[in-house]
Amino acid sequence: MGLKQKLHTLKEKYKGTKMAPAFNALHTFLYLPNETTHNGTHIKAADDLKRTMNVVIMALVPCLIFGIFNAGYQHYAALDETLRLAPVANFFTWDNFIMGCWTVLPLVLVSYGVGLAVEFVFAVIKGHEVEEGYLVTGMLVPLIVPIDIPLWMLAVAVIFGVVIGKEVFGGTGMNILNPALTIRAFLFFAYPTWMSGDKVWVHGAVDRQKEIMAGADVDAISGETILGSYAQNNSVVYDYWDMFWGFIPGSVGETSKLLIIVGALILIFTKIGSWRIIFSTLVGALTMGLIFNGVVSAGWIGESSKFFGLMNVPFWQHLIIGSILFGAVYMATDPVTASQTNKGKWIYGFLIGFISILIRVFNPAYPEGVFLAILLMNVFAPTIDHYVLQGNIKRRAKRLKVKTA
Amino acid sequence: MSKDIKIKKGLTIKLKGEAEKTLSKAPRSRTFAIRPADFHLITPKMVVKEGGKLQAGETIFYSKDNEDIKFASPVSGTLTAIERGAKRVITRLLIEADPQDTFKDAGVLNVETSDAETIKKHLLDNGCWPFIKQRPYHVVANPEVTPRDIFISGYTTAPLAADLDFTLKGKEAELQAAVTALSKMTSGAVHIGICNDGSSPLKGVKDAVVHTVKGKHPAGNVGTQIAMIAPVNKGETVWTVAAQDLVIIGELLLTGKFNAERIIALVGSSVKTPKYYTTKIGAEVSTFVYDSGLNEENVRVISGDVLTGTQISPKQHLGYYDNTVTVIPEGDDYEFFGWNKPIFNKISNSRALTFSWMTPNKKFELDTNTNGEHRAFVVTGSYEEVFPLDIYPLQILKACMVQDLDAMEALGMYEVAPEDFALTEFICVSKQPHQQIIRNGLDLMYKEIG
Repeated sequence: MGLKQKLHTLKEKYKGTKMAPAFNALHTFLYLPNETTHNGTHIKAADDLKRTMNVVIMALVPCLIFGIFNAGYQHYAALDETLRLAPVANFFTWDNFIMGCWTVLPLVLVSYGVGLAVEFVFAVIKGHEVEEGYLVTGMLVPLIVPIDIPLWMLAVAVIFGVVIGKEVFGGTGMNILNPALTIRAFLFFAYPTWMSGDKVWVHGAVDRQKEIMAGADVDAISGETILGSYAQNNSVVYDYWDMFWGFIPGSVGETSKLLIIVGALILIFTKIGSWRIIFSTLVGALTMGLIFNGVVSAGWIGESSKFFGLMNVPFWQHLIIGSILFGAVYMATDPVTASQTNKGKWIYGFLIGFISILIRVFNPAYPEGVFLAILLMNVFAPTIDHYVLQGNIKRRAKRLKVKTA
Repeated sequence: MSKDIKIKKGLTIKLKGEAEKTLSKAPRSRTFAIRPADFHLITPKMVVKEGGKLQAGETIFYSKDNEDIKFASPVSGTLTAIERGAKRVITRLLIEADPQDTFKDAGVLNVETSDAETIKKHLLDNGCWPFIKQRPYHVVANPEVTPRDIFISGYTTAPLAADLDFTLKGKEAELQAAVTALSKMTSGAVHIGICNDGSSPLKGVKDAVVHTVKGKHPAGNVGTQIAMIAPVNKGETVWTVAAQDLVIIGELLLTGKFNAERIIALVGSSVKTPKYYTTKIGAEVSTFVYDSGLNEENVRVISGDVLTGTQISPKQHLGYYDNTVTVIPEGDDYEFFGWNKPIFNKISNSRALTFSWMTPNKKFELDTNTNGEHRAFVVTGSYEEVFPLDIYPLQILKACMVQDLDAMEALGMYEVAPEDFALTEFICVSKQPHQQIIRNGLDLMYKEIG
């Protein structure tokens, strides 16, 4: 009796019991189920939700691997500034990888472990199948948090995000807010000192700070992000290619713009991610950037202004600093929380890009607005769809009027 | 108004087992059956009792809601069983056929000189009315309403469906008589959509507006053609008639006989030699399914095409409206890591490690596996790629699910039939039963608005 047959017997045995969803989740992970169509279409296309989610995860894996190396690299580079002189040579090293694994993999494990546990509990309580939405959320979460975030904080945030962000609305497909961003928003507002500043982006920086406070005679480690530098009107120490390749401090998975573009191409080619949203988000960001550049060149704002630093950033640079690209590709495209009409997606994406840069520039205390902009537009997505649908409804009503007139 | 229709959105599903263009005569079926479920929302009131004798074309039951709508027996024989299900709903009428058909003589009707009322009464009395369906609601037409237009699709694009150019060949006289008769009953026109290759027997018919149609499936669906020619507005009614049923209507008008003979295509990858058969409505499908041999034991027999047909067992009978019988393998087996490995042998509209986009001309051998479990709607934007109507498919489905009558009406529920949502159901990542959702929505509207 093969594994297939054994599992089938077990499935029949557990059918109708409380634990059936939990068992089925594991079973369908190994085997595509033996379910057949009834009436309706007798044949079905090859894709299911697991396959769809799997593609998104595959598009995220390059970012994760790069993030692992970058975690190690930033740590060692902060201790020894000379490493930064030859980033490429000093980046893909065994030391970086080991250090990165020690710091990043626990985040992945906690994110998946806690999140899936919540999903299983809800599936068993409510008696529905375990849905696949968390497979992507669980991968996104470690990529959008600072490297040294305490694991218990992450666990608390994941529970909050999955329960309040998703399960209370009825689970995958029913949520209003993107669960991964809900988790990040929770962290952002509950533990603000852990989510910004110049100490959280490099592994070891916070510990070193504590040692210094305790009186140890060591150098402080600092890893200010580029946005942080701009917001403080400090000079930026990285050149554009560093920003593009991703040899910079930042959240775990968002630094390498190159790999995010690769991920975007995978999502667009497989038709999983909406190119409309990605494209219009970037257009929105560039538009806002251009407007600010215009404000600066018109001389409406002086160099002494605290907004000057970020407003003066050339508009195209907004795309390679901060997490706008990551947000546009992996977050804004979440089909459940985005606009669901094609026309709506253009508007939705544009506003995300537009508002992201707006918040980025006008909120120097926490200079990253992407996640707030996406959450805001998540809330407005149904409104956008409503007006798009009204267009269709009006067209239909007009057709009737012409007819009867 | 353009007479050429081109459909860009859609998906032509290419399957193995297309019928060879040869015609055989199926042996005469011993029993015939009528499933009242084929006539949606019609409650049968029996005219003949169990054991009663019938001629072909004689009324066997009528509709409880409208006594004028009569249903005729496809053969002469004895009504042997009235099978009932829950709440005594009639599930099947079984007729044991005589060795030779005797026909009830309805008399020849000259359609050129007859008026609408005469023709209507003739069709109602002699069992041809059920072939006329109406939109909104996609049910047997209400004879008291004069339709705005009548639509006929003479072109099939559904996977493996019978080629109407072949099955209608040589029936030009019957088709013409039926079209002329229909044209008298509408205040508008009879619109016929045909394939643009010029070989359609409907090409030269009079008393109708002929449109050439090309493009991907669902270009051949009458619903798509209605949407392109003149969509149904609130308060309007249009009728649709399947082209193969025009032949039966035409023959009744020309000869006075209700001859339920029909050329059907036996297709599907499980059939050894798929080809065409002459048989009758309600015949046992076993009379021809085993004739050409099957490739495997574990099969699904479908009366109709793979997207909209009804599952039957080989011992059961051809549906009232179907001109295709499809046999495909059952897919009741597990597939190891079927959700993440690259797939070459199944069709997909995405490219998520599915490679059917690389082989656009390959013919696939699909089984009945759902390829995944039922989920809530998640993915957006994919239905629109295969849905040519000016309607938001996801939104109208959701309106049906929450029974929001206002939204259903506003979003275009009067224009659609379940079959229009067959392709969105096929590609649905969440494996939602779109056609069933739309049918339930239409039923709700019929009940509440009427």
